[in-house]
Amino acid sequence: MSKRIDVTDLNVYYGDFLAVEGVTMAIEPRQVTALIGPSGCGKSTFLRTLNRMHEVIPGARVSGKALMDGVDLYGAGVDPVAVRRQVGMVFQRPNPFPTMSIADNVLAGVKLNNRRISKSDAASVVEQSLRGANLWNEVKDRLDRPGSSLSGGQQQRLCIARAIAVQPEVLLMDEPCSALDPISTLAIEDLINELKEQFTIVIVTHNMQQAARVSDRTAFFNIAGTGKPGKLIEIDDTGTIFSTPSVPATEDYISGRSG
Amino acid sequence: MVVTSTTRTADGSRSGGLAAPQRRVADLGGRIFSGFSLGAGLVILAALAAVSIFLIIKAWPALTASGADLAEISWFKSDSLLGYVGPLIFGTLLASVLALVLAVPVSIGIALFISHYAPRRLAQSLGYVVDLLAAIPSVVYGLWGALWLLPVINPVFTWLSDKLGFIPLFADYQAPAKNIMSASVVLAVMILPIITAVTREVFLQTPRLHEEAALALGATRWELVRMAVLPFGRSGIISASMLGLGRALGETMAVLMVISPGFLFSFHLLKPGQHQTIAANIASQFPEASGLSVSVLIATGLALFVITFVVNMAARWVIARRKDFSGAN
Ligand SMILES: Nc1ncnc2c1ncn2[C@@H]1O[C@H](COP(=O)(O)OP(=O)(O)O)[C@@H](O)[C@H]1O
Ligand SMILES: [Mg+2]
Repeated sequence: MSKRIDVTDLNVYYGDFLAVEGVTMAIEPRQVTALIGPSGCGKSTFLRTLNRMHEVIPGARVSGKALMDGVDLYGAGVDPVAVRRQVGMVFQRPNPFPTMSIADNVLAGVKLNNRRISKSDAASVVEQSLRGANLWNEVKDRLDRPGSSLSGGQQQRLCIARAIAVQPEVLLMDEPCSALDPISTLAIEDLINELKEQFTIVIVTHNMQQAARVSDRTAFFNIAGTGKPGKLIEIDDTGTIFSTPSVPATEDYISGRSG
Repeated sequence: MVVTSTTRTADGSRSGGLAAPQRRVADLGGRIFSGFSLGAGLVILAALAAVSIFLIIKAWPALTASGADLAEISWFKSDSLLGYVGPLIFGTLLASVLALVLAVPVSIGIALFISHYAPRRLAQSLGYVVDLLAAIPSVVYGLWGALWLLPVINPVFTWLSDKLGFIPLFADYQAPAKNIMSASVVLAVMILPIITAVTREVFLQTPRLHEEAALALGATRWELVRMAVLPFGRSGIISASMLGLGRALGETMAVLMVISPGFLFSFHLLKPGQHQTIAANIASQFPEASGLSVSVLIATGLALFVITFVVNMAARWVIARRKDFSGAN
């Protein structure tokens, strides 16, 4: 239950605008890959191509390849809906469904796959997923309350529980902590450390310390100027990127001299 | 009628002696505005009170009249006011609820198509058409119903009565189709645009955040609609329906021109001469009415007023009951 993704020569367009150009990288299973870089360099754009969420934006399209364990995600016969069921996503702002209870939020994706889930199965999925998201102890007494009744950090962990409840292969996270306080952020980082034993994780973060703390591999994106496409500058083991990067621009960015 | 605004009186907070001049100007603006909105709220309440008082005073002679007095009115075929109003209330509610049952699913379908399925160009033009339909005067719908719909719907009703006539609802159809079902179809077409327009706006306002949450879980378009759009739009759908119901309850011409009236508590939807609505009844009797009979008609108007009021309160209660889950926080 965790697959690798190999991206080759990926370009992403919004209409005529080339937003991301020529990305080639390997995303290893059971590892955390962090995407860092100045804002506007296309980290979110690139991330969304990995579960074809870019397609919900009118005019957005890709060229190039992204193979998940050898299967092209953009292949002719591949259903984007099926891709998204295998590649889960956690957003910048926590977005539990406000009209659903905590338990129903966790089950939202599961019920898509399997309409008729028995009560006891449902209960065990809810418990497992919430435990997996380190949220069980905080909410076990109020599973029928609305998801919006939780704090921001709890809501984000609820969203993670919802994403892992469907047992995806890969988990994408787009700045999952940027709307959270430091304590909630730590809770999520701990969680990411545990989750990588089961899932392939790709996380976008603007916080360098966070990338250093949670990731195994780090990819640095940069942009030459506004209107220019974002590019992958380099990707390497996180330790290497933060100590001896091979490209000077990476070192400049990490040491705060640019970006 | 649904859109009674909640007027909020600002507390007009004082900002002590240290307030800078600009601050004071802003303060004055704020107070003018809060005074104004308080005033507007009071005007609405006063108008409401004035209408109720008018209705009660004018209906009073009928409310207190004896059965013998009432019996002298030529068209009064009942032994008490309640006996007269009862079937009218029944007819009004039946016609409106039927119209709502027919219109709401179709409206939601059209609204969803416009908001989430149609390509943008098509969605825009459809939106315009719907808004245009909402602007057609009801008498035109009445004409359309009486002249076009009745003959066209005749075979449908004949078929229904033949095949499903063993169910009392569909029994005893007689052409022409001047029955409550036809009136409800006209009413449904009439309230369709307003319900569609309101629900479309609500659906378009589904937060992108929640739509993306559903899509990222692998929801298909329809699952996205069920997971994010419809729950989010629930209270909007209820408000829109109530808006439509309000219009249907008070609609006069469309019913007047289609239905062949009767004063029964009858569920024979296809049988003519069974039902009448309050508004259509007032319109048809009022020109000839004088003295006590005017008062009787106004008493029925009072009943309509109360019904509309109750319907709106019920809608509010339904919406408020699930506030925690509404997504409004
Ligand atoms: N929905 C969109 N439509 C058009 N352009 C977009 C859209 N989203 C992002 N962009 C553009 O793509 C580029 C990359 O944006 P983004 O991926 O959000 O960067 P990052 O996440 O690294 O801050 C920016 O120039 C941005 O303006
Ligand atoms: Mg971003």
